[in-house]
Amino acid sequence: MTGIEAHVAKPYELGWETDIESEKAPVGLNEDIIRLISAKKEEPEWMLEWRLKAYRHWLTMTEPTWPNVKYPPIDYQAIHYYAAPKQDKKPTSLEEVDPKLLATFAKLGIPLTEQKRLTGVAVDAVFDSVSVATTFKGKLKEAGVIFLPFSEAVREHPDLVRKYLGSVVPTTDNFFAALNSAVFTDGSFVFVPKGVKCPMELSTYFRINATSTGQFERTLIIAEEGASVSYLEGCSAPMRDENQLHAAVVELVALDDASIKYSTVQNWYPGDEEGKGGIYNFVTKRGACRGRNSKISWTQVETGSSITWKYPSCILQGDNSVGEFYSVAVTNNRQQADTGTKMIHIGKNTKSTIVSKGISAGRSQNTYRGQVKIMKSAEGARNYSQCDSMLIGDQCGAHTFPYIDVRNSSAVMEHEASTSKIGEDQIFYCQARGIKAEDAVSMIVAGFCKEVFRELPMEFAVEAQNLLAVNLEGSVG
Amino acid sequence: MTAVAVERVAERTAPYVTAHEEFVRASAGPAWLQDLRQEAITRFAAVGFPTTRDEAWRFTSVERVAAGRFSAPPSGIPAGVREAVARVVVGEPHERLVATFVNGRFTKELSTLVGLPSGVVVGSLADAMRSHGDLVRTHLGRYASAEANPFTALSTAFVADGAFVYVPRNVVVEQPLQIVFVSSGGEEPIVSQTRALFVLEESAQLSLIEQYVGAGEGTYWTNAVTEWVVGDNAVVDAYRIQRERTDASHTATTWSRQGRSSVFSAVNFAFGGHLCRHDIHAVLDGEGAECTVNGLSVLRGNQLMDHHTTIDHAKPHCNSWELFNGVYDERARGVFTGRIIVRPGAQKTDSKQTSNSLLLSEDARSDSQPQLEIYADDVKCTHGATLGPIDEKSLFYLQSRGIGGQAARNLLTYGFGAEILNSVSLEPLRAHLDDVVHARLENRAH
Amino acid sequence: MLDIKNLHASVEGTEILHGVNLKVGKGEVHAIMGPNGSGKSTLAQVLAGHPAYEVTEGTVALAGADLLDMSPEERAQAGVFMAFQYPVEIRGITNAYFLRAAVNAVRKARGEPEYDTIDFLDVLDEKLKVIGWEDTFLTRAVNEGFSGGEKKRNEIIQMAVLEPKLAILDETDSGLDIDALKLVAEAVNTLRAPDRSMVIVTHYQRLLNYITPDYVHVLHNGRIVRSGGKELAHELEAKGYDWLRQEAAVAG
Repeated sequence: MTGIEAHVAKPYELGWETDIESEKAPVGLNEDIIRLISAKKEEPEWMLEWRLKAYRHWLTMTEPTWPNVKYPPIDYQAIHYYAAPKQDKKPTSLEEVDPKLLATFAKLGIPLTEQKRLTGVAVDAVFDSVSVATTFKGKLKEAGVIFLPFSEAVREHPDLVRKYLGSVVPTTDNFFAALNSAVFTDGSFVFVPKGVKCPMELSTYFRINATSTGQFERTLIIAEEGASVSYLEGCSAPMRDENQLHAAVVELVALDDASIKYSTVQNWYPGDEEGKGGIYNFVTKRGACRGRNSKISWTQVETGSSITWKYPSCILQGDNSVGEFYSVAVTNNRQQADTGTKMIHIGKNTKSTIVSKGISAGRSQNTYRGQVKIMKSAEGARNYSQCDSMLIGDQCGAHTFPYIDVRNSSAVMEHEASTSKIGEDQIFYCQARGIKAEDAVSMIVAGFCKEVFRELPMEFAVEAQNLLAVNLEGSVG
Repeated sequence: MTAVAVERVAERTAPYVTAHEEFVRASAGPAWLQDLRQEAITRFAAVGFPTTRDEAWRFTSVERVAAGRFSAPPSGIPAGVREAVARVVVGEPHERLVATFVNGRFTKELSTLVGLPSGVVVGSLADAMRSHGDLVRTHLGRYASAEANPFTALSTAFVADGAFVYVPRNVVVEQPLQIVFVSSGGEEPIVSQTRALFVLEESAQLSLIEQYVGAGEGTYWTNAVTEWVVGDNAVVDAYRIQRERTDASHTATTWSRQGRSSVFSAVNFAFGGHLCRHDIHAVLDGEGAECTVNGLSVLRGNQLMDHHTTIDHAKPHCNSWELFNGVYDERARGVFTGRIIVRPGAQKTDSKQTSNSLLLSEDARSDSQPQLEIYADDVKCTHGATLGPIDEKSLFYLQSRGIGGQAARNLLTYGFGAEILNSVSLEPLRAHLDDVVHARLENRAH
Repeated sequence: MLDIKNLHASVEGTEILHGVNLKVGKGEVHAIMGPNGSGKSTLAQVLAGHPAYEVTEGTVALAGADLLDMSPEERAQAGVFMAFQYPVEIRGITNAYFLRAAVNAVRKARGEPEYDTIDFLDVLDEKLKVIGWEDTFLTRAVNEGFSGGEKKRNEIIQMAVLEPKLAILDETDSGLDIDALKLVAEAVNTLRAPDRSMVIVTHYQRLLNYITPDYVHVLHNGRIVRSGGKELAHELEAKGYDWLRQEAAVAG
């Protein structure tokens, strides 16, 4: 490890485990397991049928091999598809939730109790396969906003769920989406009705705790005409030698004049220095700008996971709709990331912006893969793409695969790409001005990621800074 | 090459080979010069004119030139040349430094070269071959390679006169130097072979305006080669304005070789010509050298402008910036190829390339392709490109401020050109070019 | 102020400096000249503490303290400033922010209170007034997209703000046009002070037409082969380096 690399190697701080008895479904995957999950969630029949259909289709599919990542075959029969902390009866209020669980989230910086709650942020806390608590439900309800654990939404708002579930990411979309559709356990459901601006930030925190499990959450966010919402997600997991699978599906739907901002700080356990252990993060995220003038914005800071495979995308169907993707992906040690976005322009005068910052250190591999597709119907479409890679040390790799497919000649496309290296020279320059090496690295990284960090909601900007050990005070604006 | 292909090449190069024999008989010169010419014609005869099957020429057919019969121009000053020069020179008449070349030959009566700093030489290349033989021999044809481009080979084969500028060590030429190349055809189609060699020694400094204009009515083709030798720590501010007649052909190569910590800035304007191709080859051959190569094409009708640039980073710590904007109306076409080479060991290279094309009509077309060849690992290379019509949103914005229709379109189009115009640091020239761009936009046919 | 004794330094195992001796008194300006590969830049880098250069022999004292024992940031905190031959770009970080980080790092090391953003702007204003430059650089990212000349001028701005005790200018004149050269020379002349020493490393004699040094040294093959007053620069201009090479060969 060179001097510079030592400054970026930060130990994983959320790798502790909660000692809590867990109730798991038997290992393996078959129709009975799916029935069991559905029963645990007290789901209606249609939901079970939907899952089974997805499962049957999944059986006919093969795992994708095109991503620029390498890992041994996953044994899908060696995973517990349901794990929940054991409890005698379902808690009906926060007071009845196992204190160990509350302590876990408090330690993660997410206090759930009334007195200590984050102001201005409603949180849904998901522990393995179940939602532990959701704060501010009442206050949101007053505003007309529905913010519920997914399983509760299936029971309480079946019509809404049925109308939108799978409408953006069909069960047959891809291997991991099909798997998720069959076995998903919890996640969040958000519905912002016509004309409502959601009064606070919504947030879900995902924690994997149990061994030999996977987490398969499902998130569905709907913003009706003129509605707007900002949603944040965070995640972490204990340090273990085994690899654990996280295969989520996120669907966003924005109707006329609606806007959804979706931010992620992904900090799953990345594995150790030699690449042992860590989460496989195989995620399908997609938003549909169905209405005119609608807008969907994805912002992600990806620092964790041993393997990341993730392309938050936008289908720009409504005229004048806007899609955005801002991403910082940091890989270190043996991590591999293959991430990017897809912008599909269908409506007239649709506009998309892609800003991707990849930082690779150690022996990691960091790939940007993005597609911009301008359909024949997308008169006056515009895209701006900026794709920057930074290399720290000489053992890592940065790769860029932009795909551009333009079928309408009135489209305006702009793209910029760069690859640079943090070298001894850059650090030395700062040192020669009296600035310590570690502060220099922070400063260089912060400057590099500036365009993305300023898109993050304030609460997450702080977390992102801590994660990257960078101090942004005054430098970002 | 197949037998048929060889035959086709021979058929088209034969008139030039024959003309060359005559040219060599008629023109004297030292042995090194005759060798240089001979090697070049041999090369040209072997490869012939490029075709769209050659990768470097795939967007641009030179058939018009290749199939034509162009002979050497007659001597003398044809009608209209004087006026053409008067139209393009800038600055106060009593301060101007102007060297005029008619069909490639230095024309003293159209030149004003009073008040040059001591030691500075500006004038005829033919004269310099006698007065500064060693200097010319060391540099002429040594950079712009006959191997790399058949048109360069043809130029070198027929090299006789042209522009020569020499600025010795530590000398700063304060007044911008204006070099005007006028081409004018006669009864027969002619090829005007224009040649330039500019040499700056250590810490010398020069601003130079190189213009290409047409006069008269006769068919002509300009084949231009310019070589820049920029010594250590020297500073060059170069402007090249191509305003050939819109029925003319223009093939050109500009080659620059820079020494340690030198600065070379070149802004290229292309307004004229029917078939135009300009190869720009900048070699950063000394540590810490930097170059800027910008370009603006404003074309309409059936005009084609093909900019083929190569920035060769041969030494460490060199910077290069390239920005090419093109405005294409009616059936005009633009091509931009931006090749960047970072040689092994050229660490800490910082290179940025951008090309923007504005299409003002459905039939206008533009192709842009970056080519990065990087053989060093600690470098920063950025490239970007835009292509498309005028932004409807900006148009609407202007309309909402009371600027409607064509005026709004012109303003936005002008803004596109202004980005390059603003990189012209000689104020009289900038103002002059500003007028040229405005006039071209206002005269759009509808 | 600066006392270099028998300094030997190598990079990647190759010795570049073969015993440099140089004394720079308080407030003195020394010019170091020499042909390509003579070791000029190496000397500057060693004084600033670049990790790629290894000192194998000799001592360097800064106001009596052991300079070689200090980390690069400690040297900066002790008042050493190097204007880089190739200043580095830091994307997204404004010059104003960078300068504040640098000034505060130095102040913190000296136990002085750090400046906040607002106070610092006043400080900047005041210091730029000294060299009479309006600064349009402050809101731009550090050297990002700067031309070579702009980078060099930015180094001088940093010097003006950081107010060093010992300034080392490594080829600050290279790649400047005549107007920029005059501007930089003027600023350097303004920053000359009784308690500020300067070591000006230059490749081209021309700079010394605008900055008059107290002493001129010629570095050749990693040794100072000739020292003298400002007239030595004129001698070099007239004769070039070749006669020194011959002299060195005879002596060597």
